[in-house]
Amino acid sequence: MTLDDIKGILGALALTGRGDMEIDIGRAYCADLMSDVLAFSVTNSLLITGLTNAQVVRTAEVADIKAIVFVQNKRPDIQTIAMAEAKNIPLFVTELSMFDTCGRLYERGLRSQMGPTV
Amino acid sequence: MTGNSDGVFFLTGKDFANAGSASSNLKGILEKRGIPAEIIRRASIAAFEAEMNVIIYAVAGMMHYTITPETIKVVLQDMGPGIPDIGLAMQEGYSTAPDYIREMGFGSGMGLPNIKRNADKLTINSVVGEGTTVEFVISLERSGR
Ligand SMILES: Nc1ncnc2c1ncn2[C@@H]1O[C@H](COP(=O)(O)OP(=O)(O)O)[C@@H](O)[C@H]1O
Ligand SMILES: [Mg+2]
Repeated sequence: MTLDDIKGILGALALTGRGDMEIDIGRAYCADLMSDVLAFSVTNSLLITGLTNAQVVRTAEVADIKAIVFVQNKRPDIQTIAMAEAKNIPLFVTELSMFDTCGRLYERGLRSQMGPTV
Repeated sequence: MTGNSDGVFFLTGKDFANAGSASSNLKGILEKRGIPAEIIRRASIAAFEAEMNVIIYAVAGMMHYTITPETIKVVLQDMGPGIPDIGLAMQEGYSTAPDYIREMGFGSGMGLPNIKRNADKLTINSVVGEGTTVEFVISLERSGR
């Protein structure tokens, strides 16, 4: 599943301008606890979260997460967006809830670090 | 790049705007040395958790790194409250973080366990009322893990 697919499935808005929309995202992880993300996410995955502070982008950076989706229309501040741009981590925002965001992506074949990919 | 290199980053307690920048810089340095991505990820995650602990709990501190062809060693030394019971602090889920830290996504009591999981060696020394030193080593040799 590409970033472009994910954007379409979620009706999401891109907050960053850079980054290749054809990047293939094989896995996703969803959490508001950054230590859980650091412990359980896998590389080159998508992070789905309701938190929007700068540490979320730092977490993605150190854990080699490819892109972040913020749910329920929550948007990070401009400094956080600028940091993500600089680190080449595309950010997206969707109006969908966490549940619906995960549900729609799962339905289309995206899986967590545990299950098989479709 | 071969040979040894070392350096230090200074950390300020409660400086959340810059929290994580030392670990981010360290990650960049490791990338320049051409260290395998899997090892860089482990070192960066361990450094970030340790850096966040200094920012969250201490007044000030520093992160010192030493990279040799064999190992990455990172030492975080802080001036702060110290850890009264290190065994307890190491338990998954144990946390004294206040609510506003939890709202930032930290304080789930997984930081020190995450460091342990990613490092080949972890040493913690602490004096209550003075500060804490967290030292971890990651081996760069294939036999390391
Ligand atoms: N540098 C430090 N100075 C003082 N206390 C610390 C420090 N690092 C960790 N601690 C203590 O150890 C506990 C567990 O740390 P950690 O595993 O990182 O979880 P968390 O930070 O999520 O609480 C903290 O809640 C805190 O009480
Ligand atoms: Mg912690």
